[in-house]
Amino acid sequence: MALTGENEITPDPVEPVVLPTVAAVVDGGAPAQDRKSVKAEQRRQLVRDPSFIIGALVLLFWILCALLPALLANYGPDEAVVTADGQFLARSGPDGTAWFGTDSAGRDVYSRVIYGARNVLTVAPIAAAAAVAAGAILGLLMGFFRGWVDELISRISEAVLSLPVILLAILVLVVFGTSKLVIILTVAALFTPVVARTVRSAVLSEAQLDYVTSAKLRGESSWFIMTREILPNITNVLVVEFTVRVGYAIFTVATLAFLGFTSDATAPDWGNDIASTYTLINANQWWPTIFPALAIASLVIAVNLIADSLDKALKS
Amino acid sequence: MARFLVRRLLLSIITLFILLVVVFALTRVFPQDVAKQLAGPFAPQQRVDDLNEKLGLLDPVSTQFGRLVGDVVTLDFGESYSQPGVKVVDLIRPALWNSAKLVMLALLITLPLSILGGIMAARRKDTRLDRAIVSLGLASASIPDFVSGVILQLLIGVKLGWLPATSSSVPADAGFFTSLRFILLPALAIVLVYFGYIARITRAGAIGVFDSDYARTAYMKGLSPWEVIKKHVLRNALQPTVAVTGTQMGYLFGGLVGLERVFNYPGLGNLILRAALAPDLPLLQTGVLTVAVIFMLATLSSDLLIAWMNPRARLAGGEN
Repeated sequence: MALTGENEITPDPVEPVVLPTVAAVVDGGAPAQDRKSVKAEQRRQLVRDPSFIIGALVLLFWILCALLPALLANYGPDEAVVTADGQFLARSGPDGTAWFGTDSAGRDVYSRVIYGARNVLTVAPIAAAAAVAAGAILGLLMGFFRGWVDELISRISEAVLSLPVILLAILVLVVFGTSKLVIILTVAALFTPVVARTVRSAVLSEAQLDYVTSAKLRGESSWFIMTREILPNITNVLVVEFTVRVGYAIFTVATLAFLGFTSDATAPDWGNDIASTYTLINANQWWPTIFPALAIASLVIAVNLIADSLDKALKS
Repeated sequence: MARFLVRRLLLSIITLFILLVVVFALTRVFPQDVAKQLAGPFAPQQRVDDLNEKLGLLDPVSTQFGRLVGDVVTLDFGESYSQPGVKVVDLIRPALWNSAKLVMLALLITLPLSILGGIMAARRKDTRLDRAIVSLGLASASIPDFVSGVILQLLIGVKLGWLPATSSSVPADAGFFTSLRFILLPALAIVLVYFGYIARITRAGAIGVFDSDYARTAYMKGLSPWEVIKKHVLRNALQPTVAVTGTQMGYLFGGLVGLERVFNYPGLGNLILRAALAPDLPLLQTGVLTVAVIFMLATLSSDLLIAWMNPRARLAGGEN
């Protein structure tokens, strides 16, 4: 499958003649109006999908918490709850003063849950975006050039994919430490092989289509074909992949924090808070653990609902 | 078939070798004073030096890697760093057995339930039952295992008190059923994670089969729905289920670090976490390789099972 040979043909110097053809091919042959109406129809289907609406509302709520926690929280994340008669309130169950109860340091669990959204909602999307970017580049190279590039990256990906992400993440973080940047890069690197595999198969099926063949015959460079011809046609795949990866990144980052791999173990973070309180469940002090747990659950479910309905809408 | 097997085994060996290089690179090449961490922060320099000497941590990288490959080939992984005098294999074996018990129990509950759920959803596609199974599946499968772990621990272990809330305090004289009770709660947390996932995969596999000509023919020649499912649908619809179960084995054996921690369960994930924190390099490497080998054996057996279920996969297998 030596495709590179065809790219050595010098491009046609008569620019004005070539340009309209390029535009038509980029469109995939369909008139611009049709594509617009397809997009509009997809959007309409999406906003009518109940699972998308629920997912989006829950996600928006957590994004609001991440951006403006002080707006919703009753106390500061590290503030001790003091009752009206000046009493210090620690380990008390959910009630009117502290909606989700207080933890053993006397902090308001509800406010900590609100403040806890920020950390996971910055780390996870950045990691997912980096993974999708890196995976897209690798996938394009693999699917377009095939041959030894494909074989080499496939073998390495396979080795990485044969271990659970969480296990490899632990290995990497033990060596490189647990700063926020290292956590983001680790999660991104470990998700890259899966993304690359998905993008690769999308590129493989695109590369068989006429518009790619004609671009090759026109003598376009490989770089042009990959970035201007194939990439625009696989954006749907990338969008869905990004949403799915955000869900997994939340999953991974929360699990890592629970295991103690976190940039700041005392910062308000759902995984942190569960880690420092979960042993109290046996003493029936469930509130400092269960509320952050439900927060994680609601966020991952929301992201997965969005991913699922996006996938359905973009495939229809 | 023989060609397919040989090819698969060769690929597995290559993958294992790459993995060995990755794990070795992570644990040895990057600067990290293992001996100092093992000896403790206040240990005299002499003891750190002795430890370095004894463990061969100052040898050239190539010598150290050669030793690791030798260990793997002879299946003798030496002694643990954190528990001197104890063979690594003797630490891995009980943890592996514990993980295996948990995984077997979890799959024994998950697989029949989710296959039944998936087939029912496929048969009543787009009804309320189908939608309920699909959304429940999506929701439960996306929750991290340690989160469903703490929720089940509270509800069933503490509030209802039906099952022991942790798995570590099994009485020494516990019989089969008593020990079973101690691992049922973590197993149920796994069921919660996997029921939806496997049901969705089964549903997707079964929908195509229910729409196929041969299923319609089977109905038309007068077979009851149950007979159609048993004789025609299952064998074809379950192929994706088998494949997915195979690929999840690595995660089930080594990835449940969070869940094992919640229930204080002495499984493989827990052992590897402790080895990584120590850092106990031989234990860590052996643990990680064990998980990788389990993953490879599981995917290989699921491929073989699919080949047995589907002659077309059997014939095409050599080329794919």
